[in-house]
Amino acid sequence: MPDIHHNQENNLQVLTISGEIDASSSIDLDQAIARCLTESKNDLLIDCTALNYISSAGLGVFMSYVEEFKNRQSRMIIFGLNPRVAHTFSLLGLSDLLTVAENRTEAEKILNEA
Amino acid sequence: MKRRHTIACSLSNLKGVRDFIRESISEQVTNNITSEDVVLALDEMCSNLMIHAHQCNPDHTIELMLDTTNPNCLVVEITDDGNAFDINAFREPELNNLVNEKRKGGLGIRLVKSIMDSIEYFERNGAKVCRLTKKIQ
Repeated sequence: MPDIHHNQENNLQVLTISGEIDASSSIDLDQAIARCLTESKNDLLIDCTALNYISSAGLGVFMSYVEEFKNRQSRMIIFGLNPRVAHTFSLLGLSDLLTVAENRTEAEKILNEA
Repeated sequence: MKRRHTIACSLSNLKGVRDFIRESISEQVTNNITSEDVVLALDEMCSNLMIHAHQCNPDHTIELMLDTTNPNCLVVEITDDGNAFDINAFREPELNNLVNEKRKGGLGIRLVKSIMDSIEYFERNGAKVCRLTKKIQ
């Protein structure tokens, strides 16, 4: 089971995901992002530093929120992918559609530049 | 060597399936990236079958067989008595459509096709078999 924590930090929301996201646990990720959208209009950073595995079910969840964040004019930035998880993103060529940063510093830089 | 694993069609079993695959192919597939790609592709195949052919009914089972005899090629068979879900007949959605339609599915098949070298379906003793192969370098 993945562990998903939600934090409000000043004018940011941070979702920290650890463990594995597959077809059985992607619903938890889906609900967590949905909750972020309901609770705040702030930008969302998703910390994947401790995410060890993701299958298409989890990637599909990220993709399904791209449009919603765009419509609200806020940002969803994923950061801290380990090489394995980054490879799964690259197999699908998702980097054009999702905003992925190396680490938190880079993620915040992207927000500040926007 | 051939190793078999019978899986009840509950998504909570996927973690155990991944562990079984990792352990079974560890000696044949020494490249970590290739090994984890295979784990991912087979996770996608099993979850697709559980969801689309068996509606996640835990009384239904599918059988996974991994044949690591040939050092240059991993052969996988997934045997299933449900309605085979032929991924060769499925047209993957465009990535942009996934965003526009807020669809949460369709990416798995794209992953399987990009990772595995061949995917074929046939019948044996009245059951549907999907055979997938992966060349090992």
